[in-house]
Amino acid sequence: MSQIPAELKYVSSHEWIRDEGDGIVTVGITEHAQELLGDVVFVEAPEVDSEVDVEDEIAVVESVKAASDIYAPLAGTITEVNEELEDSPELINSDPYGDGWMFKMKIDSGDLDSLLSAEEYAEEIADE
Amino acid sequence: MGSKTPLYQAHVDAEARIVDFGGWDMPLNYGSQIDEHAAVREAAGMFDVSHMTIVEIKGSEAKPYLQYLLANDVAKLKDSGKALYTGMLNEDGGVIDDLIVYYLNDAHYRVVVNAATREKDLAWLENVAQQFDVSVEERSDLAIIAVQGPEAIEKAQSTFSDEQKQAVAELKPFVAAYAGDLFVARTGYTGEDGYEILVPDNKAVELWNALIKAGVKPCGLAARDTLRLEAGMNLYGHDMDETVSPLEANMGWTIAWEPEGRDFVGRKALEAQKASGIPRKLIGLVLDGKGIMREGQEVLVNDEVVGVVTSGTMSPTTGKSIAMARVQRSVDAEDVLVQVRKKQIPAKVVKPSFVRKGKSLI
Repeated sequence: MSQIPAELKYVSSHEWIRDEGDGIVTVGITEHAQELLGDVVFVEAPEVDSEVDVEDEIAVVESVKAASDIYAPLAGTITEVNEELEDSPELINSDPYGDGWMFKMKIDSGDLDSLLSAEEYAEEIADE
Repeated sequence: MGSKTPLYQAHVDAEARIVDFGGWDMPLNYGSQIDEHAAVREAAGMFDVSHMTIVEIKGSEAKPYLQYLLANDVAKLKDSGKALYTGMLNEDGGVIDDLIVYYLNDAHYRVVVNAATREKDLAWLENVAQQFDVSVEERSDLAIIAVQGPEAIEKAQSTFSDEQKQAVAELKPFVAAYAGDLFVARTGYTGEDGYEILVPDNKAVELWNALIKAGVKPCGLAARDTLRLEAGMNLYGHDMDETVSPLEANMGWTIAWEPEGRDFVGRKALEAQKASGIPRKLIGLVLDGKGIMREGQEVLVNDEVVGVVTSGTMSPTTGKSIAMARVQRSVDAEDVLVQVRKKQIPAKVVKPSFVRKGKSLI
């Protein structure tokens, strides 16, 4: 069973969201998602300062096997991307909730209630 | 649930990710597919390929039967154990399957065909066999373990008895020999040296575990695919199929035109294609920018679509995205564009052979 930290929020497209306060969230993909993808070899990051809407395709994670779109979990503005991933995309495999984070964004509304809890996400992937 | 090889439980116990492949539950990867790939390029890895179909061709007309059935000519096989790679074509010259045929004697050949094409292959073999005095018998009592890599032979031999070692000591590339109850072939699908070992089902787990003890790393189908693509080897159903002739799939070398008098299924269609101009060809591509080429992506020259990627990946050995693509025969550009997702990215045209014996050729 893959790790699903209780303090994070999730969406069913397998991104995790960490509330950093002041309307800033950090986003990455879950351990389950990286297991499905296998070895990640290429990440196309979103553009800093771009305004995004919920469920916009804003980034791509490619493993040897397949390409996977990354969706904006909330509406807002991208403030920072993890530049380490350009040279070390494998961080998404080795540390999906830590050094493998993908981007930070300032969200339009501070409300994270629309997102899944760890428990709810665990139920979603159990059904797959 | 699909069919299971005798090694299925060993894969599950090793926590392999299991996927369906041509109706079989097969290991895709055990851990990192890149580590598995590297093991084969640098040391030794092994694959369970027991899902492949082994067929014995026996009878007084085994040789003329195969000479008619296959585009390559089994008359080239004179020494027992010698192997030949060939296409099996339909009347239109399309590839029904690619296969390896091993010569045992004039009345006995052993053929190994793909798993995903098993049923249509067997039907075709049986159908053509009606005109000859031969029997076509599937062997479902044998497993196949492919041990591949620069250290594969040494490590595999370390699991053999003295007698078995002696039996394979002089084995040349593309030749097989019986070694006790094993049938050991110096063949593979990775661009590295190694063996493909046919072993009785009930001895497969024992051999697999002995190879692990000898330091051979279990590798899944994911690594097998990146290894064969780096080696420039076609994958049936992707790089060729029944709508593609061997001349359009870089398999011209597997067609034996001589002797002229040998009729084989598809010969007339191939000759007509040669006479009127072969419409397409299979090329290699190396991407110049960031991104990964994938099957189905379009290849463009001067804003015009000239072909399509048939296999594409990130090559673990070279760190570049490599692909095979089928394009119009007339394409002679050294550089093309590939529609990689939303972008058109330049790619160099190369011979579709990217890595051999651990060394990058690009």
